[in-house]
Amino acid sequence: MTTTMPKVRKSAPTPDAPSRVRRSGGVMSSTGLYIATGIAALLFLVPFYILVRNALSTDAEITGENWKIFPTDIQWGNLSELFTDETVPFAQSLWNSAVVATLHTVGVLLVCSLAGYGLARIPYKHANKVFYAVLGTLMVPTAVTFVPSFVLVSSLGWVDTYRGLIIPGLFSGFTCFLFRQYFLGFPKELEEAARMDGLGYWGAYWRVVVPNSLNFFAAMATITFINGWNAFLWPLVIGQDPSSWTVQVALSSYMTNQTVVFHLIFMATAISILPLVFVFLFLQRWLVQGIAQTGIKG
Amino acid sequence: MSTTTKLDLASPASAKASSAKPRRGLRGSPTVNFWLFTGPFLIGLAIFVYTPILWSLWLSFFEARFTVTPDKFVGFDNYVYMLTNDDFVGSLGTFTAFAAFIVPTTWALSLGLALLVNRMRFMRAFFRSVFFLPTAVSYVAASLIWKMSIFSGVRFGLMNTVLGWFGIDNIAWLIDPNPPWYWLVIVTARLWLQSGFYMILFIAALQNIPDELYEAAAIDGAKPGWQTFRYITLPQLRATSTAVILLLLIAAYQAFDEFFNLLSKTTWGRPPLVELYYKALGESQDYGAGSAGALILTVLICAVTLLQGKIMGFGRGDESK
Repeated sequence: MTTTMPKVRKSAPTPDAPSRVRRSGGVMSSTGLYIATGIAALLFLVPFYILVRNALSTDAEITGENWKIFPTDIQWGNLSELFTDETVPFAQSLWNSAVVATLHTVGVLLVCSLAGYGLARIPYKHANKVFYAVLGTLMVPTAVTFVPSFVLVSSLGWVDTYRGLIIPGLFSGFTCFLFRQYFLGFPKELEEAARMDGLGYWGAYWRVVVPNSLNFFAAMATITFINGWNAFLWPLVIGQDPSSWTVQVALSSYMTNQTVVFHLIFMATAISILPLVFVFLFLQRWLVQGIAQTGIKG
Repeated sequence: MSTTTKLDLASPASAKASSAKPRRGLRGSPTVNFWLFTGPFLIGLAIFVYTPILWSLWLSFFEARFTVTPDKFVGFDNYVYMLTNDDFVGSLGTFTAFAAFIVPTTWALSLGLALLVNRMRFMRAFFRSVFFLPTAVSYVAASLIWKMSIFSGVRFGLMNTVLGWFGIDNIAWLIDPNPPWYWLVIVTARLWLQSGFYMILFIAALQNIPDELYEAAAIDGAKPGWQTFRYITLPQLRATSTAVILLLLIAAYQAFDEFFNLLSKTTWGRPPLVELYYKALGESQDYGAGSAGALILTVLICAVTLLQGKIMGFGRGDESK
């Protein structure tokens, strides 16, 4: 590259140019960049603002002809009204979601990380065949198997139970695959050290591999928890009695339930998002790293 | 135990290259350990993934209404019924239209956001968070905000209020399929929800492009901007782009939540899963036809995934690591 004569152009770079090379820039000035990004960011924040605004407004303010950006009078009472409203068991649904999403996360991490490690690191003659059997399930999206899964779970008598909500979702081929990819890149030296200490696979896994993979586990936990909390189709199918609804099913019921009023709908939606936004803002560093590490990137 | 360790020494040739090194020091037979580690997952996979699929296959050849233990064998009737059923075939059309909208728009928007955020020197983390935050919101919650506030058909909807400033009449976004404004509602909701996630993948890929490529291009006189983007950035993002497109397609196939919630009981604009939901769990509880539909869909998804996988070489690269 140094032997090539640089073509002389009006904008020929000065010798120190390479250190200042802007990766994909040039067309847009720095100010333009910030203005464009700022507008995009505002658009992305509008739905959040509308949600909070409506959650703290009266119905008249939400549906009024003259839509005001700020509500005239902030209605904190909407919060207590939501939890005393009888039409939808909202508090129960929040509890159900918390239990289901938490146990889902613990179970998925345990089962899928073990399998991922086994597939990545334990030499076994037929390991590849087993891996392809797992990989094959990736091609059958879980959402497509909801009819047969419902048939199976209802014949086990698990409709309207935590078991039915949690257990069928634990065996995620995709999560297992991501763990395998991660463990393939896990430094071997650390396991060699465990070998020197005379540990078996099991001991090495729990005492060396897991403690040194906490970042990845945290990232996967965050993603799994978000997915568990936001899941809709399966809880909708399994939760037939309102007492077993998750928060997403409860929210969905507001769309058809004519007796529920707007401010409660928006307050419920805001409450349903709050735990995740919280988790998200705290753990997003891990989340971003984890997604970047998953091996999806090229 | 010592004999099994010898087995370990004799057999790793067929195991993956990454694990081929003998591990004399590790206690326990690799075979036993392999099953110990993978067993719980594989048993669950057999029960909750393979069994339903096989049961579904069996059910699809029977007349199974209101029962999962049918006795009336009907051969391929359920398949013929589904493939000639206007609603089901129409739902495949809905999916195709949806994928045609959502895949390119999400690809472009998430790449655009990644390029913007990646060029920032200040507040990069802040903007990244803003674009990523909607990933935490469920489709149900977003559908509520979209349907009841932004794209409400009456005056108090945000969009209609804004349009009103320009003297444009109210639009019934979701009530009327002619013209099909509901696509705008559905596509924008999903764009908002998922672009941030794919933006992260693109940011990771952008940061993996070696600086030397841009330096070399600058020396060769390439103008920063469109030229470097066209001849360096875009080709370097090829692998990520194909992975993103594959993931977007799979996600589009699974579309259910926003269609179910935004369009509720309308008979138009149903993607396959919504159609199957009403078919199998609706009033007729037709598990036979529902299963046949699910299997047809599975075959279609497999075909598309394999085709895509062939193009991008998915699953091949990691074996050679």
